[in-house]
Amino acid sequence: MRYAMAIDTLKCVGCGDCVVACQTENNVPHGYCRDWIVENVNGTYPSLDLEFRSERCNHCDNAPCVRCCPTGASHIEKGGIVVVTHDECIGCGACIQSCPYDARYQHPDGYVDKCTFCMHRVEKGQNPACVDVCPTECLHFGDLDDPNSKVSLALKNRTHKVLAPEAGTKPQLYFLT
Amino acid sequence: MKEELFVSGRNIPNIDPYLNIWHWEIPLYLFLGGLAAGLIFFAAYFVVRGKEKEMPATVKWAPMIAPIALIVGLSALFLDLSHKLYFWQLYTTIRFSSPMSWGAWTLLLITPLSMIWVASYMRDMFPKWDWKFKFLYKFEAWVISVRKPFAWVMMILALILGVYTGILLSAFNARPLWNTSILGPLFLVSGFSTGLAAAIWMSKDKNERKVLSRIDLIFIGVELFLIIHLFMGFMAGTAVATEAAALFLGGQFTISFWVFVVLLGLIFPATLETIELWGYHVPKWMPPALILFGGLMFRFVMVEAGQITRFLY
Amino acid sequence: MKTRRDFIKISTAGAGATALGFSALGAKGFSFFESDKQGPVSDEDLTPYPTYCEVCFWKCAGWTYVDKKGEIRKIIGNNDDPHCNGRLCPRGTGGVGMYYDEDRLKTPLIRETKADGTQYYRKASWDEALDLVAEKMDKLRKEHGPECLALFSHGSGGKMLTHLVKAFGTPNITAPSFAQCRGPREVAFTATFGEDVMSPERTDIRDTKCLVLIGSHIGENMHNGQIQEMSHAIENKATIITVDPRFSTAASHSKYWLPIKPATDIALLLAWIHVIINEELYDKDYIEKYAFGFDELKEHVKNNTPEWAYGITTIEPHIIRATAREMAAAAPSTLVHPGRHVTWYGDDTQRSRAIAILNALLGSWGRRGGFYNPEKVHLPTFPHPPYPKPTRSWKDAYPDNKYNLVTEVLSTGICDATIPNADLNCHLRGWIVYGTNLMASLPDQRKTLEAINNLDFLVVIDTMPMDITGYADVVLPECTYLERYDFVRTSPHREPALALRMPAVQPKYDSKPNWWIAKNLASRLGLEAYFKWDKIEDVIDWQLKQVGSSLEEMQRIGVKKFKREYDDLFWLEGLPDFEFNTNTGKIELYSTELANEEFDPIPKYTHHPEPEQGYYRLNYGRAPMHTFSRTSNNHNLWDLMDENSVWINPKVADLWEIKNNQYIWLKNQDGVVSSFPVKARVTERIRWDSVYMVHGFGHTNKKLTRAYGKGGSDSELVTRVVMDPIMGGTGMRGNFVTFILENPAKENKEDKA
Ligand SMILES: Nc1nc2c(c(=O)[nH]1)N[C@H]1C(S)=C(S)[C@@H](COP(=O)(O)OP(=O)(O)OC[C@H]3O[C@@H](n4cnc5c(=O)[nH]c(N)nc54)[C@H](O)[C@@H]3O)O[C@H]1N2
Ligand SMILES: Nc1nc2c(c(=O)[nH]1)N[C@H]1C(S)=C(S)[C@@H](COP(=O)(O)OP(=O)(O)OC[C@H]3O[C@@H](n4cnc5c(=O)[nH]c(N)nc54)[C@H](O)[C@@H]3O)O[C@H]1N2
Ligand code: SF4
Ligand code: SF4
Ligand code: SF4
Ligand code: SF4
Ligand code: SF4
Ligand SMILES: [Mo]
Repeated sequence: MRYAMAIDTLKCVGCGDCVVACQTENNVPHGYCRDWIVENVNGTYPSLDLEFRSERCNHCDNAPCVRCCPTGASHIEKGGIVVVTHDECIGCGACIQSCPYDARYQHPDGYVDKCTFCMHRVEKGQNPACVDVCPTECLHFGDLDDPNSKVSLALKNRTHKVLAPEAGTKPQLYFLT
Repeated sequence: MKEELFVSGRNIPNIDPYLNIWHWEIPLYLFLGGLAAGLIFFAAYFVVRGKEKEMPATVKWAPMIAPIALIVGLSALFLDLSHKLYFWQLYTTIRFSSPMSWGAWTLLLITPLSMIWVASYMRDMFPKWDWKFKFLYKFEAWVISVRKPFAWVMMILALILGVYTGILLSAFNARPLWNTSILGPLFLVSGFSTGLAAAIWMSKDKNERKVLSRIDLIFIGVELFLIIHLFMGFMAGTAVATEAAALFLGGQFTISFWVFVVLLGLIFPATLETIELWGYHVPKWMPPALILFGGLMFRFVMVEAGQITRFLY
Repeated sequence: MKTRRDFIKISTAGAGATALGFSALGAKGFSFFESDKQGPVSDEDLTPYPTYCEVCFWKCAGWTYVDKKGEIRKIIGNNDDPHCNGRLCPRGTGGVGMYYDEDRLKTPLIRETKADGTQYYRKASWDEALDLVAEKMDKLRKEHGPECLALFSHGSGGKMLTHLVKAFGTPNITAPSFAQCRGPREVAFTATFGEDVMSPERTDIRDTKCLVLIGSHIGENMHNGQIQEMSHAIENKATIITVDPRFSTAASHSKYWLPIKPATDIALLLAWIHVIINEELYDKDYIEKYAFGFDELKEHVKNNTPEWAYGITTIEPHIIRATAREMAAAAPSTLVHPGRHVTWYGDDTQRSRAIAILNALLGSWGRRGGFYNPEKVHLPTFPHPPYPKPTRSWKDAYPDNKYNLVTEVLSTGICDATIPNADLNCHLRGWIVYGTNLMASLPDQRKTLEAINNLDFLVVIDTMPMDITGYADVVLPECTYLERYDFVRTSPHREPALALRMPAVQPKYDSKPNWWIAKNLASRLGLEAYFKWDKIEDVIDWQLKQVGSSLEEMQRIGVKKFKREYDDLFWLEGLPDFEFNTNTGKIELYSTELANEEFDPIPKYTHHPEPEQGYYRLNYGRAPMHTFSRTSNNHNLWDLMDENSVWINPKVADLWEIKNNQYIWLKNQDGVVSSFPVKARVTERIRWDSVYMVHGFGHTNKKLTRAYGKGGSDSELVTRVVMDPIMGGTGMRGNFVTFILENPAKENKEDKA
């Protein structure tokens, strides 16, 4: 099993719903976020390009944050989900330094936190909160090992990219282009 | 025009707009770690070489700083943890892939051992010292009896510690400035150089100082060589690496690095040491003080600047 | 007695926002225990209560999830709801922030004047406050007649107050959603098709093959159903054509973006009509069967060639032709979207008419992929005595213009009718303002203030200390939509559906629901006969039982779908005989109604003023994560966007030496300077002749601890209003601004108060 997310940049409107939904679902404190939107504008008026990307932890296959964690707080769960066990985290910040995507933050309570792919929902067969809320349905989540999962189908039918592949982390967030 | 912005107003403390997770604590910790490593290494080295007598400051006096430096360094590290009450989790596991982990374990070993090292010379340095308990005298005798093998252990641990201070940073692929294998040797050499400087400063013996200065000059030379290589590597590297180097080549760290670290912290003291070796009078504190200052500065600059550098996507 | 109302920053005791201090050890104190609200809670441990969203007027149905401690955790869309299909928009998801906002109005407040003349708000009990309001209303009724009262009411909660003031005897009930929003479109579509577009819009975006957006910035305009359906359209590879002078999100998702010169849309529309008629691309059978005035139209547009339009719109002729052909190729599944906020330049009814005509030519009205026939459940009203018949109305303020085509009360008309003038034998003297922040929503603040200053009393019912609340004599704090029942939502859609809103938690502070306020005012005004029930649940239950449901059932399911009465969703499919509700019984390409009122029966292009040297057209719109001025203090949404910025083209920024993120001030053509500095966003997404701002920022009430002084208010810069002569809409996009780089150091009296 290998969970992944495919994000359709042709449909995303950068509304931030995925961010608010994550905030309320996971009780992310105000001023912090587990996911965020990047707006990329290229060109000169009127020949312009715009891309919105809903970004979050890439649940990397080759996760440097897990490797560098001295306590094992950062670890890989079933399906490749990278999670932090709060009670094992000492807040050394190594994992934050190691993440090329700046996907982690220090929770005001001290431990390091980040997107969990909503493991508490996924375990029960639900979608992550951000996926379920997205009004444009541009987030696809599922198991890459299952050829009929939403994410596999999305990747099969569309061109896609990952972010900073040269960082060597083997990210599992795919952006459909 | 190319424009990139966070739509969701991401403004996470210490992470946006650029990373600032590690403040003064980590560079200080790295500096003190390197310093202690240098002190311990050379103390052990001269014991192994059987030069205990000729190098009293290096072997006996200077190592007194090591446990202090280590404890202060560890305290700084502790201060930097944001979930402090869980720090003991460090010692529930050994993670070989995590420099932080083996650094923590190395420190756990080397700190008490460095104290024992110092203790074993206590009565040498302060003849009136009294251990009060008999078993302590027994223990002292045992340590003295295994001094050579002990010195070997210390040398190896010091090497690990010295390299670790650099690898801690270079293991972070995500920060292009740190992501170079030169950082390990560079930090090692720089740490050893600061250790030598401290010993030079403490030594009252002309000859000892001369020996140490000669070694130090070699280290400084190697350090400069590594720094040049570092930049050559960056310039030949990817966009993110050149961007990282740009911070030092006209960017915001240009002065602090080239003037303070390289000129004042390396070239100037090296010149002074050379002049001194030629027999001219140089204020005794000056070269080592500059080297120590340069070493500290170097770590501050590397930690600060490294956090700013990132992958572009 | 006319008192000048000082603006009062509502001051009630209570701690301000305390900064979240990190404890020295990072962990909360020394506690090894996790804090109360840590981490996610699984859905099984939460109790869902049905609601429908009140953060905008799309009214999506959802569930409010409450945890075991009685804390609201999240709001999730109801899967059965056709408005949202289980997915709320960011504002709806962030609706929790409305409930938790520590700046909320907490008690009734009464304006008092100290001996030295300074005014302040005194906390009052509900009895005291309602007694005072009733006393003022009664006095007004006795001395001037009930028609001298006006109610501004926006949002679903206003229905009870509407009922109250109708019982009281006034016809002056208004909202900023007509003259500042949909008005021109409804009038234009009614003139053309005999029916209006309604809300939610009856647009079949889901099935369309070609979607034409004229300004409608869906994606930023986050009306949920539309954005969801647009996403389906993208998935289905529909052609999207966006006409917008700004590179909107929709434009970026379109096959064609037509970067039109502002205020020239009618020229483009006429050119499209010209191409479609001249190349005989229109739906001949449809037009022949249903349309009236085709020949007049053909004659009318004969010179409106793409080349002619090019000179006006800057859109190249071959693009105009290509897009016209795309539309025709997809017809009748081509939807030229009627837009929603269409009060732009004062000839908006005519522009909307051109859009309606274009749709008619493409045959999309009544066809799949065009406009569908919505149906709603008719809930009978709870029995009450007939309302008294008013003898006067706001229209008396306009003896020259009868506004015969106006279908709703003009909010700005209420202002005009409040300012005494020789033609008015009695001006309006009392306002109740429910759920609308008039300072932000009405153009020309000076006029609004002049009207307010002529009032005997102003009552504001709101949840937050907004700009308008500072001018009230009595402030009544309503609880949020998450804490109350309201009337069941019944709105037109493909499938009729009902949605229930019920409280998920008890009202916070000393706030009360609108129905309670209305009922308790009624009993003080001798209008009990209109409120013959104890609580609103009784009314809702009674109504639901009339249509075969019940309160108990709705509490369980939240949304109930009903079968359509007729199978006529696309009622003109197959070209059946049909009589349109127009004078001719046909689709009026040539409008007899407008002709009768001596307006152009077919739209004409008129030139609008352009900014002078150094000035830029003030363009404004929506950000997907905010609703007007109401959400800017909502912590969840504030996290996403805490201030707006003014978009400036890089060439213009260069000229002015304005850097990205630099704070600047704006000054409009009438010398009005923005109250607060606004951040410059230097971006290619905007033209060099305009600037763009998201509406709803720059709050002046200090009690909004997050939103106060953040960003700029487009509203205060909209001082030039071009009235639509047909229906009184307020054209607001004819304002021009210039930049001030240094703090104009306005002396700000309010700050000293
Ligand atoms: N997130 C969010 N969504 C909302 C709301 C909200 O508050 N927040 N409010 C809702 C309500 S009530 C309404 S009425 C709607 C309004 O939403 P729309 O009807 O979509 O709004 P408009 O103001 O008509 O359109 C704004 C767009 O018009 C463009 N524009 C400006 N001048 C011109 C011009 O001369 N020609 C053309 N072709 N385009 C022009 C602007 O660049 C901008 O992209 O939004 C609804 N949706
Ligand atoms: N300059 C400018 N003016 C505009 C527009 C624009 O884009 N620019 N847009 C126009 C359009 S399209 C529209 S539809 C109007 C919208 O105009 P309004 O509906 O007036 O919009 P808001 O500014 O959101 O004001 C809503 C008020 O209702 C309060 N409120 C929210 N929920 C509740 C509740 O449950 N109970 C009570 N009692 N009060 C509540 C809020 O606190 C706030 O004070 O504005 C129009 N005016
Ligand atoms: S909710 Fe969907 S459309 Fe909105 S920003 Fe997130 S991914 Fe994009
Ligand atoms: S995105 Fe960052 S935090 Fe997530 S797995 Fe990859 S490296 Fe770790
Ligand atoms: S901050 Fe926590 S999770 Fe991250 S590396 Fe340190 S201990 Fe591991
Ligand atoms: S998967 Fe869950 S935790 Fe991750 S961003 Fe989405 S909502 Fe947040
Ligand atoms: S569109 Fe958004 S804000 Fe409007 S009612 Fe629906 S969820 Fe609420
Ligand atoms: Mo509106």
